[in-house]
Amino acid sequence: MSNQRISGDTKYLFKRDRTWWVKLSVPRPLRGVLGYDLRRSLHTQDIEAARRARWEAIEEFRAKIEKLRAEQSGEVAEAPAATVSDPDRTRPAKDGIRRVDQHIVEIVSDSGEGAQKCGQILGLVSGKMGNGVWTVEIIPAEIQPPARERQGASGIRVRMGSKKITNMGNEADMVVAFNEQVLYSRIDNGAYRKGTIVLLESMWAEDPDERIRKQYQEALADFHAQGLIVHELPIQKECLKLVNDPRRGKNMFVLGMLCRIYHRDTDKAKIEIAKTFKKKGDKVIKINHDLFDAGYAFARDNLDYEFEIPAAEKDRLKSAVVINGNTAAGLGVMAAGIELVSMYPITPATSASHYLAEDFHLTGGFVHQAEDEIAAIGFAIGASYAGKTACTITSGPGMALKTEMIGLAVMAEIPLVIIDVQRGSPSTGLPTKVEQGDLLASLYGAPGDSPKIVIAAATISECFHFVVMARKLAESFRTPVILLTDANLATGVQPIERPDVSEEWFAAPLDQSAWDENVAPYDWDEATGLSDRPIPGMRGGEYILTGLAHNRHSKIAYDSASNQEGMNMRSRKLTTLAATMKPPEVHGDPTGDLLIVGWGSTLGAIEEAVDLARLQGKKVSTLHLRFLSPLEPGLKKIFSGFKKVMTIEINYSDDPDAPMINKENRRISQLALMLRAHTLIDIDCWSKVPGHPLQPGAIGRVIDARLAEIEGASSCSA
Amino acid sequence: MFGLKGDWSLEVKDRYFTLQDYCGAEPRWCTGCGDHGILAAVHRVCRDSQIRPEKTVAVSGIGCSSRLPHYMNTYGFHGLHGRALPVACGIKSRRPDLDVWVATGDGDCFSIGAAHWIHAMRYNMDLTLLVFDNGIYGLTKKQTSPTTPMDVPTNTHPSGALLPPLNPLTVTLGVTNISFVAQIVDWNAVLRHEVIKKAHEHKGTSFVRIIQRCPVYVEAIGKRLQNEPARLKLLTHEKGIQLDDGVKNMFPNRAEHDPSDLAAARALAQDEEVLPLGILYHNPDAPRYETMSSVGLEMSVDEKLAGMNEALDHFAI
Ligand SMILES: Cc1ncc(C[n+]2csc(CCOP(=O)(O)OP(=O)(O)O)c2C)c(N)n1
Ligand code: SF4
Ligand SMILES: [Mg+2]
Repeated sequence: MSNQRISGDTKYLFKRDRTWWVKLSVPRPLRGVLGYDLRRSLHTQDIEAARRARWEAIEEFRAKIEKLRAEQSGEVAEAPAATVSDPDRTRPAKDGIRRVDQHIVEIVSDSGEGAQKCGQILGLVSGKMGNGVWTVEIIPAEIQPPARERQGASGIRVRMGSKKITNMGNEADMVVAFNEQVLYSRIDNGAYRKGTIVLLESMWAEDPDERIRKQYQEALADFHAQGLIVHELPIQKECLKLVNDPRRGKNMFVLGMLCRIYHRDTDKAKIEIAKTFKKKGDKVIKINHDLFDAGYAFARDNLDYEFEIPAAEKDRLKSAVVINGNTAAGLGVMAAGIELVSMYPITPATSASHYLAEDFHLTGGFVHQAEDEIAAIGFAIGASYAGKTACTITSGPGMALKTEMIGLAVMAEIPLVIIDVQRGSPSTGLPTKVEQGDLLASLYGAPGDSPKIVIAAATISECFHFVVMARKLAESFRTPVILLTDANLATGVQPIERPDVSEEWFAAPLDQSAWDENVAPYDWDEATGLSDRPIPGMRGGEYILTGLAHNRHSKIAYDSASNQEGMNMRSRKLTTLAATMKPPEVHGDPTGDLLIVGWGSTLGAIEEAVDLARLQGKKVSTLHLRFLSPLEPGLKKIFSGFKKVMTIEINYSDDPDAPMINKENRRISQLALMLRAHTLIDIDCWSKVPGHPLQPGAIGRVIDARLAEIEGASSCSA
Repeated sequence: MFGLKGDWSLEVKDRYFTLQDYCGAEPRWCTGCGDHGILAAVHRVCRDSQIRPEKTVAVSGIGCSSRLPHYMNTYGFHGLHGRALPVACGIKSRRPDLDVWVATGDGDCFSIGAAHWIHAMRYNMDLTLLVFDNGIYGLTKKQTSPTTPMDVPTNTHPSGALLPPLNPLTVTLGVTNISFVAQIVDWNAVLRHEVIKKAHEHKGTSFVRIIQRCPVYVEAIGKRLQNEPARLKLLTHEKGIQLDDGVKNMFPNRAEHDPSDLAAARALAQDEEVLPLGILYHNPDAPRYETMSSVGLEMSVDEKLAGMNEALDHFAI
């Protein structure tokens, strides 16, 4: 149907998902502001109605273009809007503020040039102004990658919006690049589109090294050919007016530029700059403030770009805090009343502990940096055994080392919160990049049957609240709880509702009252598997905890009956927990053609894609799982309401079209494997390991493809 | 007790503990195993110091020696092979009021747990650390341990160990911030008791290497030392241990050694021919990690709530 030819007049018209749209190309000089073309849906599938309706839109588009053209002075007509390599050719600012709903800006540089700091402050300021924000760091795996290398690109993406932003979005609208080579790695990642505005450092054009000059010129031509709108800016030259070595400081100049372009609150920005350089003293703060001001003035005097992103998010949030997922987890640790975090540094988990090292004392807690991950969890287990709430924070390789200890905590029923900030795998993998690869290892990684609670945070807010929940679950069910987050949540900055911390969230104070000697240390309740535990210091509760098979009295027991009983009881706790849960809620209609099932940090991107598809009339819904062990109840019933169910995940699965792969031998993604076993439903999956978060656009294409398959299948059978 | 917030002497007056109060299950070690004597010494030291069983935790790894907690009537933690120390340190970190003992073997401590051994020594938390060094893997039936002598055949090295044995004393004495290093043989009851008592009294990690007989797998190791008393050198000092002449005379080879003298301790430890017995090193003033890791223990709920809100304020709009 969608491929069917329409004969006759389709001027300005095009069809998308059966609906007619109208579009008008924008003259080149105005594309920097208006984009490649102006377009909108005519909300009709009928060609005749579309033909009639298009003229009103065309007139409106033309008026918009004319207005902007009038505002621009005649001299701009052909040259790109603001090529200011030559300062004499700069023009005064124009009063053309464009109101946008959201914008994606990237800052990319060589490592060590501070692009991330620049973006983090931009994100923070936007959040604090009441905008929706999501930041994604672009981190090279090496600490000191060579300069001007594609793989060395270091930087950050900041997606700012009027309303809540839940993911990194699709292609960027604007990018500031400190050199042309780093831009390439982002181009390779599909980070830009035709019409993306590039503000490019122009110093390379005059580099003493001929090879570099040549590279620069070639890249420039290439960027133009790719449809990027490039403006060469003498950032280095401008910064040299203030500092001797602009490698440090350029980022604050760029921050000033961006604050001008996006009308950010400069006072707020200056406060954040001052905070950043607090430890370096007033002189350093002053020079960075000066650089910021210079960047601001430069953009005002030389660039025509001015965007306004109205802040509607502040109306939604009663009061907000602007944090990333690792800080959220750190704050969650404090709000849960956890007293001890025992860790060994590992990217991307470490920054949670960095944060705690700053503030944990405020709630009386302590960060222990152990000699390795095994010691880290052992230390936490010791504290927990002694009645003190403890947590260990790590990432995949650390989880692998902790496995034996996790098994011990399961066996001996020691409450413990384990936070796994997942990264690319296996082995050392992609230390700084996102993956959802630890799901099966978390559930089944330990030798033998090792039932434990596994939950996954889907949002930055959940990175906070799920720690509180994990602590409670760990104690109520006398078990380790693994909380999965990932590199995307860890570094993504977002304003979230300020948690209203209550004292019930804190762990109960240490109980040292006497223990009834007649109650065994594992006084398992037959029906639930639950039992209370004696804590050292409790008179009458003395017992020897052991990782060996044991009976209710914690006595080593090698007999079959005791072993079976212990296994039953530990497993029964999970059934007990599952019995307290309600079926999860479907986002979208409870029945339809396609159900996307996700878990973890992909929530925002999946829901954005599904919402868009639903607006276009597609019968797709999504379900996001928070509990992975035990699974929430009712899944089979929910799945049966859809023609097709598939998971979307950031972990490995064989591409169905890869050589030799067929339905039988295809290795599928981790949640899909679990759900198939759990429901016996033929659940499909689409999963990738791109090293970056999934984008709504890509998910939208997957949805379209699967819907087309479903439609094809049903029309065949019809 | 400086810096500690314990209250462990509160109830002692109206409760008197006998040896029986510290005895747990019937030991299952082989007849003639040196572990029996060490356990007896631990029971006696507990009884003499009247520590409360419910405030006492015996932590171990895996091995014959690591069965010790089961033979105590206190709290106990029989965990993983090699990992007794991290667990013990974790317990102590937020519960400095608990009296923590660690029982570990030569494989448990010097091989699989070597990293934790070095670091626990440096943390110097108040633990009584007893290493049962029988020069062999007992529980798993006679494999070479780091301290197995080269002329002793094992199941993994039937012609004897390939490398000279590790010297646990020089390693321990080389670690920064150590505070108590001693060595004993399991078969001298008085020495055993005196040193373990001093180790327990010391505030900090008291490392006691106990040369322990395993008659089942490596009888020769113990026998040789028992037959050649000149290979042992008893160290006494007013700052270390002082023994009656009767006991002293059992050791023909003796020396006065000031345990505050680290260089002298290292020199004694270095001697592979003569094993020093007694306290090699003692520094009561080395910083203890639990005095740092237990910060904030007495914060009230209200203080914590206020602190939590202050933390959130740092990120508020
Ligand atoms: C991870 C792990 N590896 C290996 C073992 C097997 N294992 C148990 S005890 C032991 C060695 C015990 O030797 P030692 O520590 O000297 O204690 P002993 O039995 O001699 O007292 C080994 C290898 C284990 N339990 N766990
Ligand atoms: S095997 Fe050796 S160390 Fe183990 S109990 Fe028997 S004698 Fe003792
Ligand atoms: Mg041994």
